[in-house]
Amino acid sequence: MSPLDLAPTSEPGAARLVATLTAAGVLSGVLLTSAYLLTLPTIEHNRAEALRAAVFQVVPGTVAMHKLVLRGETFGLADGTEPASTTAVYATYDGAGRFLGYAIPGAGPGFADTIALLYGYDPVRQCVVGMQVLESKETPGLGDKIFKDARFAAEFGSLAVQPTIVVVKNGTGSKPNEVDGITGATISSKAVVKILNAANAALLSKLPSPDQVPQAPRAEVGK
Amino acid sequence: MTGPVTQPRTNYDEFVKGIWRENPVFVQVLGMCPTLAVTNTAINALAMGSATMVVLIASCGIVSLLRKVIPGPVRISTYVVIIATFTSVVDLVLQAVAPAVHKELGAFIALIVVNCMILGRQEAFASKVSPLPALADAAGMGIGFTIALLCLGTIREVLGSGSLFGFGLFGPDFEPWVVMVLPPGGFLVLGLVLLGFNLGKRARDAGKGAA
Repeated sequence: MSPLDLAPTSEPGAARLVATLTAAGVLSGVLLTSAYLLTLPTIEHNRAEALRAAVFQVVPGTVAMHKLVLRGETFGLADGTEPASTTAVYATYDGAGRFLGYAIPGAGPGFADTIALLYGYDPVRQCVVGMQVLESKETPGLGDKIFKDARFAAEFGSLAVQPTIVVVKNGTGSKPNEVDGITGATISSKAVVKILNAANAALLSKLPSPDQVPQAPRAEVGK
Repeated sequence: MTGPVTQPRTNYDEFVKGIWRENPVFVQVLGMCPTLAVTNTAINALAMGSATMVVLIASCGIVSLLRKVIPGPVRISTYVVIIATFTSVVDLVLQAVAPAVHKELGAFIALIVVNCMILGRQEAFASKVSPLPALADAAGMGIGFTIALLCLGTIREVLGSGSLFGFGLFGPDFEPWVVMVLPPGGFLVLGLVLLGFNLGKRARDAGKGAA
């Protein structure tokens, strides 16, 4: 390459530079908006499906469910007009229409980003009966054991919530309200329990007692 | 390429060079962040490689088409806008089509924007040639990148989890070599693979010299 080639023939003006970047920004915006709008229904559908599947998992025996939303200080049946941010729980029923318990969503900070989870609560026994992590970015190989380790998941199969749930060193848990933590993932284990305790403190007193729960949805039970 | 007479490079040459001879990971050692971070399982490596390839091909095509429109002083900023747009689109599509994979890859999809291999291809190649060679080059580099990631992901998953694509290989008695799925395992495996690659190259060059 001769030195002559290196000299720019004419420097593009500031207007051209601004115009280029503006056009790039506008086109990018149009493309992003269309991609967002096109994928939004599928993404929301996936999220709802994942949540629905999780409800069946965290309360064993669930066949039917009602979505209950918080209005003021009490929960009532959802009628589909609530904004998406409304606090909601799911009342679950077995095949005969008997009330089983609640599936309660919770979220809070983990070791990396927010952990979102759903857990099952049996108000008669005052026990957590199941827990499933919906979203987490915990460290692969360590923190992600909060949803990959069957042993840790089993800790939430029958767990007393009174006075609060506590994490103890792996292998030392003996009381009904104790969870054996994950070795190497102390922060993630504690984060999960903290989310459960926070949701319990905020919501348990407001849940309808078992004799005031709405009847099971008729279409899905007694088949 | 220093000789006075060189064969004109065909689109096929541009396509093949990225897969092996100029492999972005093993030879150029670019894009190390995803290479080390998401190769803990084979499926993650494959998904990350494919997502990167889609972004690379799309942005190389656009940059090559617009190479005479984009003024030099703002070219890098324009490339970054283009790359970032395609990355976000891939992120959304993956969320809609494969939510399980998206959940696994987490924050790393967004980091495709800062993969220096992608920006490198725009600056070094796509901005200087017409769309066809640019696309051939991008596809080759993308495949080379995916192969490299898959190679690391396979080694790390087999050793670190005793499985491949999620299927157990060794039965319940296998004690996983956990460090392999952790970040140090990524450095270790990459180092060993690069060592093997360069030893092989040296042996080949020595063979050529003798002949």
